[in-house]
Amino acid sequence: MEKVYTRPRSLKKVTFHYCPGCGHSIVHRIMCEVIDEMNLQERAIGIPPPGCSVFAYHYFDVDMAESAHGRGAAVATGIKRAYPEAIVFTYQGDGDLAAIGTGETIHAANRGERVTAIFINNAVYGMTGGQMAPTTLLEQKTTTTPYGRDIKLEGYPIKISEMLALTKGAVYIERTAVNSPANIRKTKKAIHKAFQTQIDDLGFSLVEILSPCPTNWRMTPLEAWQWIDKVMTKEYPLGVIKDVTGKEDAD
Amino acid sequence: MPKVLMTGNAAIGEAAIRAGCQCYFGYPITPQNELTEYMAAHLSRRKGCSFIQAESEIAAINMVYGASVAGARAMTSSSSPGISLKQEGISYLAACELPAVIVNMSRGGPGLGSISAAQSDYFQATRGGGHGDYRTIVLAPSSVQELADFTHSAFDLADRYLIPVIILGDGMLGQMMEPVEFKHEAPDELPIRSRALRGAKGRPSRIIKTFTSKPAELEEINWSLFRRYQLIKKQETTYDTFMVEDARLIVVAFGIAARIAKGAINTARANGLKVGMLRPITLWPFPTEEVKELAKNAKQYLVFEMNMGQMVEDVQLALEGKGEVSFYGRPGGVIPTPSEVYKVISRLYYQKGLK
Amino acid sequence: MSTKGYIEIDQELCKGCEICIHFCPKHAISQSNKVNASGYPPASFDTSGECTGCAICAVVCPEVAIEVYRA
Repeated sequence: MEKVYTRPRSLKKVTFHYCPGCGHSIVHRIMCEVIDEMNLQERAIGIPPPGCSVFAYHYFDVDMAESAHGRGAAVATGIKRAYPEAIVFTYQGDGDLAAIGTGETIHAANRGERVTAIFINNAVYGMTGGQMAPTTLLEQKTTTTPYGRDIKLEGYPIKISEMLALTKGAVYIERTAVNSPANIRKTKKAIHKAFQTQIDDLGFSLVEILSPCPTNWRMTPLEAWQWIDKVMTKEYPLGVIKDVTGKEDAD
Repeated sequence: MPKVLMTGNAAIGEAAIRAGCQCYFGYPITPQNELTEYMAAHLSRRKGCSFIQAESEIAAINMVYGASVAGARAMTSSSSPGISLKQEGISYLAACELPAVIVNMSRGGPGLGSISAAQSDYFQATRGGGHGDYRTIVLAPSSVQELADFTHSAFDLADRYLIPVIILGDGMLGQMMEPVEFKHEAPDELPIRSRALRGAKGRPSRIIKTFTSKPAELEEINWSLFRRYQLIKKQETTYDTFMVEDARLIVVAFGIAARIAKGAINTARANGLKVGMLRPITLWPFPTEEVKELAKNAKQYLVFEMNMGQMVEDVQLALEGKGEVSFYGRPGGVIPTPSEVYKVISRLYYQKGLK
Repeated sequence: MSTKGYIEIDQELCKGCEICIHFCPKHAISQSNKVNASGYPPASFDTSGECTGCAICAVVCPEVAIEVYRA
């Protein structure tokens, strides 16, 4: 028999510190598979956020630089402008990209910066203990919305990807999830396409990935994976939000 | 090289380009807009260079951080309120030992303040204005020529010591026009800093960060930064003295205030008063040793700044009680005149019974 | 043992999330009644099952704890 599935080369052999059932490690793994398949290990420069994935540099075997909270898109801009040969990606949570980082994200997209944003949407602030995120759903209970998210007090879940699609500089935006084998495979294809968009010098690309957070959702891993289908995708439907790259999906 | 007549803001831009600055990221704010515009006109189309008018001063400093991560000589500029916005980014630059040049053409504060020249960002610049224990080299030019010269050395110092360097100018220096000579040509190519991130080609992947879950690790990073700061203190402290040899009263002033003070001191000397001036050029590291040296002969000091009293504390600290310190300051963007400062000098001179 | 495929689950990397158990189309994985050094009950592969080497378990495993072999 031959081995048909093993750890990608650019994923360091380190035990993940993430919770059981967390989506981060799935995304890290499939990103590394894409990096391997596209031969990007020597060109990639990644920017992890403060947050649960602050230690992403312990897992991705590529050059990585820490960023201040929310500033990933600006840091990515600086790196790419200084050294355009690099394939630059940010790896950001919902607070990093869509709360404190909203300004930097929108303007990097608007300028059409040739960088790729990997946006992990788990509807909550994970590392700090489960507070509300801009993407928290209505009536969702978090530690700062103990009575459930209330329209009058906290407004609505933000649709940052749809907002970014309005900028001409953003050329490829897709929302996927990592809560089933089919969705994980689609996420991998989307990441592949996002990197290809950068390689082809077409503009700003972003993949929003609905990701389970069993700990802060107070669910078992399986319940969390299922909650994404049952509840989260009603507010955040999966699929291509914008694609003006003119290319067929990578297969 | 012939001299050209230029505004201070433009001279900074020209000097930066000649120092090999590859990336400039800025945001409009008075009184430094001419610098941002100069870089838009002259840097943006240079090969391998990048100009962005960022969406905010915060974005700009983080773009500088990114460019420095990738090994480029990068610069940003702003004025007081915008520099406040950049403090987090500067702390990160210092923490990760990334070279960068930050130009502050100070204006009146606090708050939105005024657009006129002031020197009220001394503390912000010299105390590591963001969070954490760090320092940045702070250069205080007092002429358009020095704006040009110090901009050039700022890039060298930043690269040599892997530290952010602040050029602390002000609105008046930025707007005034003086003849300036540019002593350097732009380099064709600069070597790539060995710790820059350019993709893990032929080497293990590298991480630029300081976050750690182990306090002892962070402690060691802090000690290592401070060892470097000791070295910088020893090697880079710079100052200028004017007529201090026989001075009974020494004025201490930096930047544009030193220009004004010089006029006042000339008047004082013409009237027989033995007055001199110590002009710190590096505000950090502060010329503590020179102050101690001067205090062997001169016991009276008049610190003159365009603020409510900031550098005066460093003079008092340096003297360690071996001299008497008086202060004259005007905040808010008011530009004092040499004759006004002369009146203060002469009044103090006679009050203290100096001969 | 199935002649089509088999898997190896690293018992120390596994965090007992049970996702692979849920998604395996042949129900060839179950939760072990042991506990590993991290305190998790790891998933355990049933060698008498009908594994086809489809690798769905490895695709959904957050810990990269599963290696898949196929004929």
